Amino acid sequence: MEAEIAAPVETATVPPVGRRRRRRYSQLSRGDKITLWLMAGIPTLIHVVFVWVPAFVTIALSFTKWDGLKLGTWQPVGFANYWAIFTVFDGKFFPALFNNILLLVFLSVCSTVGVLFAYLLDKNIRGSAIYQSIFYMPVVLSLAIVGFIWKSVMYSPRQGLFNVVLGRTEQGNQIDWVGNSEKIFQFHIPGLDTPLGLTKNFAAILVAMAWRHIGYVMVLYLAGLKSVDPAMREAAAIDGCNEWQAFRRVIFPVMKPINVVVFVITVIEALRAFDIIFALKSPIGTKVLGVLVRDNLVGEGGGSVGLGSAYGVILLLLCLGFIIWYLINNYREAES
Amino acid sequence: MSEGYEQSPSPRDVGFNIVSRRNVIIGAAAVAGAGLLAACGDDKDSSSTTPAASDTTAAAASDTTAAAATDTTAAPSGDAVTVGVNEAEGTKPYDGAKAGLDATGVPYAGNFVDHNSFQDNITSYLQQPDDVFTWFAGYRMRFFAEKGLAGDISSVWDNLPDFTEGFKTASTGNDGKQYLVPTSYYPWAVHYRKSLFEEKGYTVPTNKDELLALATKMQADGLVPFAYANDGKWPVQGTFDILNMRLNGYQFHVDLLAGKEDWTGEKVKNVFAVWTTLLPFHQENPNGRTWQEAATALENKEAGMFYLGTFVSSNSTDQAYLDDLDFFNFPELDAAIGATALDAPIDGFMMAGSPKNAEGAMAMLTAIGSLDFIDAVNAVNPSAVPANSKFDSSKFTPIQKKSAELVGSAEFIAQFLDRDTSPDFVSNVIADAFANFHADPSTIDTILDDIETQKSQYL
Repeated sequence: MEAEIAAPVETATVPPVGRRRRRRYSQLSRGDKITLWLMAGIPTLIHVVFVWVPAFVTIALSFTKWDGLKLGTWQPVGFANYWAIFTVFDGKFFPALFNNILLLVFLSVCSTVGVLFAYLLDKNIRGSAIYQSIFYMPVVLSLAIVGFIWKSVMYSPRQGLFNVVLGRTEQGNQIDWVGNSEKIFQFHIPGLDTPLGLTKNFAAILVAMAWRHIGYVMVLYLAGLKSVDPAMREAAAIDGCNEWQAFRRVIFPVMKPINVVVFVITVIEALRAFDIIFALKSPIGTKVLGVLVRDNLVGEGGGSVGLGSAYGVILLLLCLGFIIWYLINNYREAES
Repeated sequence: MSEGYEQSPSPRDVGFNIVSRRNVIIGAAAVAGAGLLAACGDDKDSSSTTPAASDTTAAAASDTTAAAATDTTAAPSGDAVTVGVNEAEGTKPYDGAKAGLDATGVPYAGNFVDHNSFQDNITSYLQQPDDVFTWFAGYRMRFFAEKGLAGDISSVWDNLPDFTEGFKTASTGNDGKQYLVPTSYYPWAVHYRKSLFEEKGYTVPTNKDELLALATKMQADGLVPFAYANDGKWPVQGTFDILNMRLNGYQFHVDLLAGKEDWTGEKVKNVFAVWTTLLPFHQENPNGRTWQEAATALENKEAGMFYLGTFVSSNSTDQAYLDDLDFFNFPELDAAIGATALDAPIDGFMMAGSPKNAEGAMAMLTAIGSLDFIDAVNAVNPSAVPANSKFDSSKFTPIQKKSAELVGSAEFIAQFLDRDTSPDFVSNVIADAFANFHADPSTIDTILDDIETQKSQYL
């Protein structure tokens, strides 16, 4: 590839010779180059067409009012959609944003638990294969399926496992797990009518998500731990490290690539959360930004493409914020 | 909002297919003789996966398709008409629709999609629709027509003698042209078990006092008067509709949903005040309960009544229960308003704005409006009531007969909250607002303020 980049300069100075020379010096055959172009070009094309084009179209649409029915009928409205989100729909937007934040905090805790499980299972305790299977099983299910399972098997007011075990299936004393939007804690923000807080049904959904997320992180981390050179543990033991010191000072730093993956997955899962909540028919109190995007864009109510796109752009900016912050941090460490 | 949005059928003036007393008796005898048909009901969220006993009928019907497909007498054009149907294969409504389409004799290529997916994807679907597709009467139909996404089928209506003016009005867009061929409808009503009412000596209430007395008596007997659900956030919209129409009348319902009335006004506040007083007679915490679970409470005689569409029966296959299931019109709450309005959504077929095969589509729609179509559908899936007035009422199931009587006796027919206004407004504002109301009824003033502010974004 370097040769190719340099090529135009050479051709500019001494065109015929340069071209011949480049061909002679290039280590890549013609076939190699075609292969390279195809291998880099096709994914790039797909990426641009399916990721970047829609992203820019979304940004453009967020400044319009459009019912999504006929192309070309959009009217530019400037920042009106954003204005609406922060004024008219503040009672929807901020609780959804806060739910995403709660999710981020909660999934970080789950990731830590997953790391702990991985560390314990790595100790070759008896029956570790069984534990691994048990924790990993939910991971093969999509979050939407996890939602269906928890809704019908665990949380159903009449037949759900929890209510049956707790003896709360009678009319009048049933626990309404996914419907109860009472807040466990809440606080007021000046200028915002709706109090922010954690609703009971969102907490119930968090538990269902933990069921899957912990196993996911555990398996990732376990794979990493298996590849850690045992000599390092021995060295740490010889140097008199206790278990915690060995993990904190030796294993954890060595595991940096996996740590990064786990961190990124946690953030992404928290921000893109949508499927499980949608599968539960997005009860009040559980909405996250992804659901707001969907509600305005598609579905029978999908007539506010501008508004939905504006929610999408806000979500994009949040993700970009995290990514940029992460990249800057990473490069800084690499430089020092 | 143009004036057209206010149009809705008033069946008593123009006659839904009201069944006369004589026909009812004959019909009852005929039906009783034929054996009762189970699992009547709309498909809304129904999880019926059992291709019912009528499979053989459907199979027989599809055999005739092969013949029908080659028989092009009914089709003026060579190309098959594409038909989009909101029923997935393997369900009873699918079998019914297929039998009906086969019976039209028009060559067609069916595109059968799951009910909810079809409804959810209607916006993108209409970018490249089939020539003919299922939809329903109401605000959205007129909206599609106004946007040119549905084709004018007034000429088809010249050849549809079997429909009453009420259905024609319901099929008419804001420009006075027709856009829908209705197939069937079903009413919302208070369902109850006859045996329970007999056993406890309850009588069907006709006014507010009787309703409250009955509910109180039921509570004393250890029953929950009303089964109640709001999972998916649409079932309580029916309750709002009926309370609103009983307290403020049909015209207010129309004006409110057209955005002309104030949600923070006294009339709406009154609806919620009455609703709040009725809530103690309903199952608690409806937000997490599916209508199927609530229907089970009715079936198990834990609840005395359940206000829902007649598709409530599709939740059970127990024949004894289905025979025992009955319904009555929601009682009047204000004598000055009466009990003359109800929700009875009408389903039907529309034509694409620019169909590939317009001639064929028109032929198909004319055939859909014929007796042959609905006869074939009803033979397989007798759930909703056929809209065709020539339909032989002796073929009615008991529930269909009662539905037809109920709707026929009504003065005003509404389509249902999310069919009578912009669905964006309902799914993004109203649905959550009603759920919030049930989470904490005391916050209703804030909730209504929010509705009124957010309304401007949609209507």
